[in-house]
Amino acid sequence: MRGIAFVWQFGEVLLAIALAPLFSGWIAKCRAWMQNRTAPPLTQQYRMLRKLFLKDVALAENASWLFRAAPYVLFGTMVLAAAIIPSVVTDLPFASAADAIALIGLFATARVFQALAAMDIGTAFGTLGARREMMVGFLAEPAILMVFFNAFLLFGTTALTGMVDNYATHPSVFDPSVVFAAIAFVMVLLAENARIPIDNPATHLELTMIHEAMVLEYSARHLALIEWASSLKIFNYACIGIALFIPWGIAIHGATVGAVLIALLTLIVKLALCGAALALIESISAKLRIFRAPEFMAMAFLIAVLGLLVHLLLGANTSA
Amino acid sequence: MTSEFKQGAKALPSNLPCRHSKAGTVRWRQIAQTVRTACGRLLTLWGADDRDRDGRYRVYVAYLQTDGITVVEHEMEGGTNPTYPSLREFFPSALRMERAIFDLLGIKSMEPDHRGWLRHGGWPENVFPLRRDFSGEAQFAGVSEPYPFVQVEGDGVHEIPVGPVHAGTIEPGHFRFSVVGEKVLRLEERLGYTHKGIEKLFESMPQKEGHQLAARISGDSAVAYTWAYCAALEAITSAICPPRAVQMRALALEHERLANHLGDLGALGNDAGFAFGLTQFSRMKEDLLRTNLACFNARYLMDFIAPGGVTSDLPGGGSRLLLDRYHTLETDVLGMRRIYDNHAGVQDRFRETGVLSHETAWELDAAGLAGRASGIPHDLRADFPWPPYDKMTVKVSKQTSGDVAARVAVRFDEVLESLRICRAFVSNLAGGDFRSTISDAEPGLLGVGVIEGWRGPVLIALETGSNGSIRRCHPHDPSWQNWPLLEYAILGNLVPDFPLINKSFNLSYSGHDI
Repeated sequence: MRGIAFVWQFGEVLLAIALAPLFSGWIAKCRAWMQNRTAPPLTQQYRMLRKLFLKDVALAENASWLFRAAPYVLFGTMVLAAAIIPSVVTDLPFASAADAIALIGLFATARVFQALAAMDIGTAFGTLGARREMMVGFLAEPAILMVFFNAFLLFGTTALTGMVDNYATHPSVFDPSVVFAAIAFVMVLLAENARIPIDNPATHLELTMIHEAMVLEYSARHLALIEWASSLKIFNYACIGIALFIPWGIAIHGATVGAVLIALLTLIVKLALCGAALALIESISAKLRIFRAPEFMAMAFLIAVLGLLVHLLLGANTSA
Repeated sequence: MTSEFKQGAKALPSNLPCRHSKAGTVRWRQIAQTVRTACGRLLTLWGADDRDRDGRYRVYVAYLQTDGITVVEHEMEGGTNPTYPSLREFFPSALRMERAIFDLLGIKSMEPDHRGWLRHGGWPENVFPLRRDFSGEAQFAGVSEPYPFVQVEGDGVHEIPVGPVHAGTIEPGHFRFSVVGEKVLRLEERLGYTHKGIEKLFESMPQKEGHQLAARISGDSAVAYTWAYCAALEAITSAICPPRAVQMRALALEHERLANHLGDLGALGNDAGFAFGLTQFSRMKEDLLRTNLACFNARYLMDFIAPGGVTSDLPGGGSRLLLDRYHTLETDVLGMRRIYDNHAGVQDRFRETGVLSHETAWELDAAGLAGRASGIPHDLRADFPWPPYDKMTVKVSKQTSGDVAARVAVRFDEVLESLRICRAFVSNLAGGDFRSTISDAEPGLLGVGVIEGWRGPVLIALETGSNGSIRRCHPHDPSWQNWPLLEYAILGNLVPDFPLINKSFNLSYSGHDI
């Protein structure tokens, strides 16, 4: 059965790479609908990537290897992350190499490279964006760690695949701590993926940008890889959320081909719902002042910790 | 106000009460001081080269006082280094105008800051394009010249240069921020990137075509500029504009106000990250522009007003169409105002952001909308109602907090007030002609047209030449007064809030750089 596992592994990574721009396109479409605009076609993201890959690179004169390497590192880490997230199946050979904490490390690696690359060419906006990104990042990481700790306590493992397996074999009673963790997770997802209320992916105002300010100097294939990596990142986050909070349908170890197909269909339905929900959150909120972002992240952290406490207190009650 | 300098003043042709007096070096400053202590405000400052006529340069200043406009004229001998006393001490907003006058005419105010303002190395330092002996045809190679910004020093202070080319499709202007972290310690603007030589161009045009150039000085204020130009020309020639035309002009002016306010309200929502606001207001604005096209033959009302009246009559059924549009618009705007007012996120961004205190606004002669948001309730339509505003009372919106929220509130108020005014005009539209003929003016006459545009008072000072030509024409945009306000409103705010604050003023680069 190991052979088939590698097929699943390979297939799942390809699926993530292929579907990620579609997911971003779907969020954009939902957002346009909710704002009474004519929506761009679902394939818009693919068209943009194609356009960017066909262009010639315009590189700043003082750009070092770091600047040129960063897009590949970014894309690579996001693909790697996709390889250990059980989006369709849990029988992933790579997953045993890295658990959820390593996943946070992967995202952090991408962040560091992007921030360094933004500062590499020495423009005011790149540094501005990098500074803000690090501020958001160092506040978001503890919050997401707390969310993961919550799951670790519930399922007794730090591997995402193991959590889903355990969930499937012990569909335990509903634990209220999950609700807290889910809310905190959505808040972190918004912040980490440069969405409103922390950042505005659609803005043209250079002074307000966070993520966009860091990539202002990129063009052509470099920009395409960064955009693709951004799509992959939000896709990955959505899949982590699905695995942690709504894992029903994910094919567990030793599943048949039929089960995997059903898992694929459920994933698409769940992603569609998640995308619509994200678009709704973005449409009804305004962007926060930048110094409110720490409050926002602290709130996420607090909610995640509350989840932990709820779990421990309730757990104490039931065992007593 | 003393009557001292009113003696010897004579009436000047204008659509507003206006008088004209001459002053020597001492009286030039005395009058400025008197006007300031009497709560007068600086409208504009401009110069002229009259060496071909009497061997002199002249500089003119227009003040807005409680009883009308005062234009003061000061003569200088046409030597190599003509100078006049600066008005900056009494009116700080005069500084940039004085620098611009030097760039164009080579007449210097006695004021130490002589960095080029409109001249960016596009023409040599010793060439003055507005002088009579300068040919409009001359070509110069552009040279990049250094511009010393004021440096802020201290621990952790650094500069962020922004523009003149921006990430979005907007007009060019340079902003130099000195910041600590995200907090702005100082902002210095540098403008003049869209200098087009409008004033020189006017001098090659016949009087009867000047209104078309006026419309293009700042496209978002086309109606205000054309009307100001026509008002000046009609006052000089004592032409009578038919009542119907006058009402149609006011309709066009209010439509321009509506379109700009709607656009700004949407953009302000968008800059706060609330894109829903932008789409809604964009739709309302587009509906209005289409109504403009149907009723006035132009979406942005370019060239609708012409000397003697307007260029087209309201088509059959036009009144009905307009009233229906006002009705829908009012419902939609009230709905959006509720959403903006009740949205916690939007209000958090708007309130206490970019506060312009009443004192600063007063000191710097804050004009129009920005002034009204900081507790200076001046509106020419209410203070000096010219026809057809003399037949109604315009309610002036006033806010005192001076923040982005106040400027948003003034816009909402003015949209609703404009709709009321428009309804009144459409319901009582006079019959008769929509245009009268206008004769050529006598040469050497000065006239002033002042119109309250959506941004503030737009002024055109027109001096006639022989055979229906223009000798000198000076257009003034309220952005001259309001650009410096931005440097104060941003102080202590966060860098990412600048676009929102900037948008809440929404000043013209083109109208300022002429």
